[in-house]
Amino acid sequence: MELVLTKNFSLPESWTLAVYEKTGGYQAVRKALQMKPADVINEVKSSGLRGRGGAGFPAGMKWGFVPQNTGKPTYLCVNADESEPGTFKDRPILEKDPHRLIEGAMIASYAIQCHTAYIYIRGEFDLSLKRIEAAVQEAYRKGYLGKNIFGSGYDLEIYIHRGAGAYICGEETALIESLEGKRGYPRIKPPFPAVQGLFGCPTVVNNVETLSSVPFIIEKGAAAYKAIGTEKSPGAKLFSICGPVKKPGVYEVPLGTPLRTLIREYAGGMADGKVLKAVIPGGSSVPILTAQEVEEVNLDYESLQSKGSMLGSGGVIVIDEGYCIVRALMNLARFYAHESCGQCSPCREGTGWSYKILKRFEEGEGTEQDIDLLLDIGKKMTGMTVCVLADALAMPIASHIGKFREEFENHIGKSCPATS
Amino acid sequence: MKPNFTEKSEQKIQEALSHYPTRQAALLPVFWIAQEQFGWISQEVMELIAARLDLSPAHVYGVATFYTMLYKKPVGEYHLQVCRTLPCALMGSDSIIGHLKKRLGIEDGETTEDKKFTLTTVECLASCGTGPAMMVNEKYYEGLTAEKVDQILEKLK
Repeated sequence: MELVLTKNFSLPESWTLAVYEKTGGYQAVRKALQMKPADVINEVKSSGLRGRGGAGFPAGMKWGFVPQNTGKPTYLCVNADESEPGTFKDRPILEKDPHRLIEGAMIASYAIQCHTAYIYIRGEFDLSLKRIEAAVQEAYRKGYLGKNIFGSGYDLEIYIHRGAGAYICGEETALIESLEGKRGYPRIKPPFPAVQGLFGCPTVVNNVETLSSVPFIIEKGAAAYKAIGTEKSPGAKLFSICGPVKKPGVYEVPLGTPLRTLIREYAGGMADGKVLKAVIPGGSSVPILTAQEVEEVNLDYESLQSKGSMLGSGGVIVIDEGYCIVRALMNLARFYAHESCGQCSPCREGTGWSYKILKRFEEGEGTEQDIDLLLDIGKKMTGMTVCVLADALAMPIASHIGKFREEFENHIGKSCPATS
Repeated sequence: MKPNFTEKSEQKIQEALSHYPTRQAALLPVFWIAQEQFGWISQEVMELIAARLDLSPAHVYGVATFYTMLYKKPVGEYHLQVCRTLPCALMGSDSIIGHLKKRLGIEDGETTEDKKFTLTTVECLASCGTGPAMMVNEKYYEGLTAEKVDQILEKLK
């Protein structure tokens, strides 16, 4: 497979403009600027590229929703607020190939006729921040950003906006609120950002990986991109894999690749002495898969859905037999309780309550009724809130208990029997 | 004495303000500028920021308390932020946290008496493939073991 996203990762000083240009960088944006914006959108629509942040919404369609001639400015927000546990796939793009992201953001900005783009980057990403800041400055110095880019008459400013440690700001409307100088409270939709987003203006929010896929699509054409992956899930995707495997890391694979191939071939299989128990395939919020299900599923939107899980962000968390599922769920509940923005009662209360119950389980004080209570709380959190953070815990609650109920039952009346 | 921005900070604030159509949108950048200058965001600093950006002190307080990376109390010279979320936990972050507590003689959220180290457990650093991980001030340390932690502490002393 021709690499779309990682081809420069191993080059020395891959983050510099000189290296990026040597490998053909900034040619795609030159080509895009000679096309009509609508044709750029159509090319991305034809490629079938779906948003790589987790929700999987078709990228070209999102761009197409932006109304033109509203008399207001249009904005692009680059979502570099990667914070989903298990997901660390955007970090290497920011650190190793930031110019690819900038070029993708330029093409997207031109397509939606935006003249100001913000890169919202998670506050903890120190090296990523330095690299993307340096790359933006390099692009300005070369005249690739600012006024009259490549003599096309098109102007674009890109600014970096550093977050400050709130997971929820990766949700697109919370990101917008945060950028506006407020607490990161997700907004009720509609109106969708495409119509009323940043500063009340039409806005597109795209993930780092999504935008970094765009130069390839424009340079080589939608057909070349569609030739990778499956018919319904075209293209390549970055998967980050962690847990007790021999070679955890970030791998670019064509969509449709079997999950077992990612684990055994790319990640080198389980670490010595470890036996696979379960996998959370798409970032911590998606339903867990048993070892048996891991054998049967492919890494694409449809296959994972058919197993009741999701592709999500592509963050694959491998859990071994030595690790307790109750403890894993308790850990996730603590994360979601900590990161709930507090705006909606079912989430604010539900995540904290779930964590307290699970902590009780770990301490040997759980009861049979508590298992059903957890499931009940999860049901009452689902779909009852402004954003999906509540669902992001409810799904693991339902799937961890649904598939590993006996581990919860084994905890009743005794402290964790399988502490590793 | 009431805090005030230095000339250097003021220049950075002017630059930040030029990036946005509203003054309020510069709030997070100004928080970062203030934290760099003062080390943490005290109530007096929040009032200073509110006055500088024409915002209510209540709004500034509400935003500051929302974000974990804005310090509402002083931290030590080295702030050790150890990830405790599932991917790091699978690789043994619990024992790393236990080791740090023992070595430093402090609990989560506390600062050593000599004001050298603050220990905080945090949620996901996106370092899942190289866990257990921690951030010391703004630098990542990954693939931690007890021995590695000892070496890092030794270097920082």
